[in-house]
Amino acid sequence: MRLGMTLVLIGLGLCASAAAEPSAGRRDQLRDMVAQDCGSCHGMTRKGGLGSPLLPEDLSRLSAEGVVETILEGRPGTPMPPWKSMLSRDDATWIAAYLMGETE
Amino acid sequence: MIRLSLSRRAGASAPLAFAAQAAPALGRNSKRMKDFIRSSVFTAALALLAACSPQLRGTGDLGVIVERADGRVTVVESTGSTILSTVSGLGDLSHAALVYSRDERYVFVFGRDGGLTKVDLLTGTIAGRVVQSGNSIGGAISQDGSLVAVANYTPGGIKVFDTASLALVADIPAIAADGKPSKVIGIADLPGRKFIYSLYDAGEIWIADLADPAKPALTKFTGIGRLPYDALVTGDGRWYLAGLFGEDGIALLDLWNPDQGVRRILDHYGKGTEPLPVFKMPHLRGWAAADNEIWLPAIGHHQVLVVDKTSWKEAARVDVAGQPVFVMARPDGRQVWVNFAVPDYDVVQVIDVPSRKVVKTLYPGKAILHMEFTPRGERVWISARDSDKVVVYDTETLEQVAELPAVKPSGIFFSARAHKTGL
Ligand code: HEC
Repeated sequence: MRLGMTLVLIGLGLCASAAAEPSAGRRDQLRDMVAQDCGSCHGMTRKGGLGSPLLPEDLSRLSAEGVVETILEGRPGTPMPPWKSMLSRDDATWIAAYLMGETE
Repeated sequence: MIRLSLSRRAGASAPLAFAAQAAPALGRNSKRMKDFIRSSVFTAALALLAACSPQLRGTGDLGVIVERADGRVTVVESTGSTILSTVSGLGDLSHAALVYSRDERYVFVFGRDGGLTKVDLLTGTIAGRVVQSGNSIGGAISQDGSLVAVANYTPGGIKVFDTASLALVADIPAIAADGKPSKVIGIADLPGRKFIYSLYDAGEIWIADLADPAKPALTKFTGIGRLPYDALVTGDGRWYLAGLFGEDGIALLDLWNPDQGVRRILDHYGKGTEPLPVFKMPHLRGWAAADNEIWLPAIGHHQVLVVDKTSWKEAARVDVAGQPVFVMARPDGRQVWVNFAVPDYDVVQVIDVPSRKVVKTLYPGKAILHMEFTPRGERVWISARDSDKVVVYDTETLEQVAELPAVKPSGIFFSARAHKTGL
């Protein structure tokens, strides 16, 4: 009985995280967006431009949530804009992992 | 090169074939035959020579399209709207910018990887390349064409090269009054061997005078405002305008009266309205001067600002489809064309200058990054990055008249820039 409950909970957890990951098609769009649109300030190779470099070693001092928050809300007073009108939290979470070298 | 022009020219091979076929038909020992062969061979040799010497052409209708993802430029001509050659191996062209040599034969391409490449448009080859620093944003060429200056983000500063040899002539770090290094933006040439630029992090404007390249003389203006993101110099070389990201306004320097210092114009042009997010920095360098007015992208507002050049007061604002990126006047100043930041970057709008009204909204393709007018403005070339093409419009009928394939095209630059201060 208790085992059944646990399995259901695990199952739910898996479902939740599976639902959070953007689809393969969306991931292609996001990769493109990072290269092109983020790239206009951070460089297409993310080595930095007007915006700071976004390579994994540059972001390692930040938490994943911190990166997600920066993407969605921007950094007021700097040119880093809030992307929440174009990106969902799931999109931003995936981009954060992508930038931090945790997913391809 | 030679083989190419030979095979393309039918005229070269015809006399040769004629000599070979005609010879056996004539008597073996006939003197006439020998003479005939001699003269045929001579004709053939002449034809060959003509085929080998390169075809002459001018450079006034040449241009370059940057294919940024592939580190490549395509050389084009705007009379027949055709591609002449492609040149690869230019490195990371994320923020491709380039300037023309004063003879319009070469372009100096500034790459994000610090590469400075000199491309020969006539031969379609790289004439020289140096990797000068980590991260460059753009550059400028001196009035006399002898020096090319590269502006760098990291390490911030400018490096100046001899245009003939690409030898380093001067290296001027941008250490601001607060002792910190700064990114350099908004570089332009000024009359004399001078370059003007802004320090993004520190909010300063510097003028480097390279009359004696061994001893650059610097003039610095500090406290010009927060986060200058781009700048322009007017075509007469008199006014330098730096757009400020950290403040609502523009820093203005009168270069005929530099001791009057930098003043602020259009202060608080966004007052009363919450700024909208800016998903791509506007470019001022493709600035538009029409009539006695300068047309500029507002920042954080979906508007184009019209500034009176006599009073430096706002004359009008025109509502447009998104955050403007380039605001460019047709060379006669009768129209202003505008493109936009993501997510509105599939749109181009045409503003009629006298009425200050948007007269046409065009959809030339996906992700419009740049526009360039032909020298006298009868056509405009527009790059559509995500449609992998460059689209050419007639500026009178506003109809598309040509299309060229290009891989993720970004900037388009025509050779008429060679003769304009600030470009
Ligand atoms: C218009 C220019 C611009 C664009 C476009 C832009 N950024 Fe930024 N971004 C900046 C600037 C400037 C900073 C530095 C802010 C500061 O000084 O704290 C920054 C900072 C960041 C940071 C924090 C880095 C750190 O080390 O603190 C992240 C993460 C980031 N950007 C992600 C993105 C992503 C993802 C995109 C595309 C969806 C994007 N940015 C697009 C200008 C931009």
